[in-house]
Amino acid sequence: MLHYCLIRLASLILSLIVASVAIFIVIEIIPGDPAAFMLGLNAAPEAVAALKDQLGLTGNPVSRYFAWTGGLLVGNFGTSYTYRVPVSELVMARVSVSVPLALYALLLSTAIAFPVGLFAAARRGRPADFGIMGLTQLGIAVPNFWFAMLLVLVFSIGLKWFSAGGFPGWDAGIIQGLKALTLPAVALALPQGAILSRVMRSALIEALSEDYVRTARAKGLSQRQATVRHALRNALIPVLTIIGLQFSFLLAGAIIIENVFYLPGLGRLIFQGITQRDLVVVESVVMLLVFAVITVNFVVDIAYAAVDPRLRIRR
Amino acid sequence: MKFSALLVAGGIISVFFVLVALVSLIWTPFSVEDLVIANRLRPPDSVHLLGTDHFGRDMLSMLMVGSQTSISVAVIAVGIGMALGVPLGLAAAANRGSSYDELIMRGNDLVFAFPSLVIAILITAVFGPSAVNAILAIGIFNIPVFARVTRGGALSQWTLDYVLAARVAGKGKLRISFEHVLPNIANLLIVQGTIQFSLGILAEAGLSYVGLGAQPPTPSWGRMLADAQTFIYGTPGLAVLPGLAIVATVLGFNLLGDGLRDWLDPRIQRSAG
Repeated sequence: MLHYCLIRLASLILSLIVASVAIFIVIEIIPGDPAAFMLGLNAAPEAVAALKDQLGLTGNPVSRYFAWTGGLLVGNFGTSYTYRVPVSELVMARVSVSVPLALYALLLSTAIAFPVGLFAAARRGRPADFGIMGLTQLGIAVPNFWFAMLLVLVFSIGLKWFSAGGFPGWDAGIIQGLKALTLPAVALALPQGAILSRVMRSALIEALSEDYVRTARAKGLSQRQATVRHALRNALIPVLTIIGLQFSFLLAGAIIIENVFYLPGLGRLIFQGITQRDLVVVESVVMLLVFAVITVNFVVDIAYAAVDPRLRIRR
Repeated sequence: MKFSALLVAGGIISVFFVLVALVSLIWTPFSVEDLVIANRLRPPDSVHLLGTDHFGRDMLSMLMVGSQTSISVAVIAVGIGMALGVPLGLAAAANRGSSYDELIMRGNDLVFAFPSLVIAILITAVFGPSAVNAILAIGIFNIPVFARVTRGGALSQWTLDYVLAARVAGKGKLRISFEHVLPNIANLLIVQGTIQFSLGILAEAGLSYVGLGAQPPTPSWGRMLADAQTFIYGTPGLAVLPGLAIVATVLGFNLLGDGLRDWLDPRIQRSAG
């Protein structure tokens, strides 16, 4: 197990290095002169030179890359050119919205998928199963930002249960904060929950047809006991894979959903960065997102190995 | 072979939207470039069957032209994914276990770490938003998907006798990959292509919605939804139609993909996609 973890860890570090090089090249090398790019066409040469100096863009690309990544390692993300404050400060404030939102949505989608998948698998081939599978097809086809708009129409404008957007901040209390994140989380969770339900169903159906389930039944366990004690544990492997993959979709989805609800999260920060040509913000926030995705996939890989010992010798 | 209900339903919906896109190339009820402010936000009537938007443009015409944007972006993005991903997957499978295989697969993992939205953000930050950038972002995201599916399908083909026969006949890895392995995994790729196509429609809508995709005045369903959001209190109907169009198209292609999978190869596990 330790050997497996070490190999995966090495692969994680390598991925992060290659990803950071790719992001650095796109943001700092391809535009030619990032300082001139940020200031626009009509910038005075002195202003460009001053900004270059201020952003530390004067050195050669290799030393700039190491300065950037070295800074990231100690939490120094550079200084935003438009906000004039450290990017790490901006990021910290936004992460406290985006990460709870993604986790809230992940929790909801899992809470939907487990019972739905179990229910459909237990009624395989019956009308209830077809009905549920039809609904999940629909759930997959619905764009989350459109679903979010429909939720606003019904629950904010119609029923007035939730506000149509904005975030009061966690200082206003956890309940208020969670309430503001509820509609966005539901919008994010629906398509992911639909996908996860289908995976859960097919994994369970496959596990239920295995010999060990028949053996468990022969031993005298009820169908429910055999499902919960034996089939469910084995069905968890594909489900975990999808949950891991979903985190990156939820994080990316959160970027879009934040726009529907005007939530002050990473997504809004990144779009403001793009419109204001604040490459320092875009570069570091994109790296942070990619870091999150790669790390979550690493954790999922380790979790597999814990669930299924056979996978430890894979690769 | 019997066509399943899934295949028929999915096929009809998909063909319908493709036809709408094609028809809109030569005819729409009104021009989408006609801005008639006096006609803005009209409810459906006998002239404008689905009403008008905030610039007085005919909604039906906008939706028709919007399907062009969605479908063309998704088609080209799937094309990019296939054109680059399939040869990479074939090469990885032909050299199974080699450092080349390892390099391709780890490279794939890496690209997977960049959701298409993040790729779009990177490209847009430097080159500015456009439909072309949306295509590139979705296309790049598709490459590892096709590489992985191709490699998986090709690996099992390489263990079969007919490949051995071809090797004995003196054919090289390249020829075997393209002449024998590729035709045998074509079904798998067609099915994956359909799935990526509907994901592409969703991704394009999302990118256009946040302003990273097709730019005005080019009509696109995602862009129409973004505009509709401003008027959601007064004219909620504007937000409903483009969304329904997206759902119907994606649903149609998903059903088509599922139906094709069952029809082309009943042995393919449903979880393979």
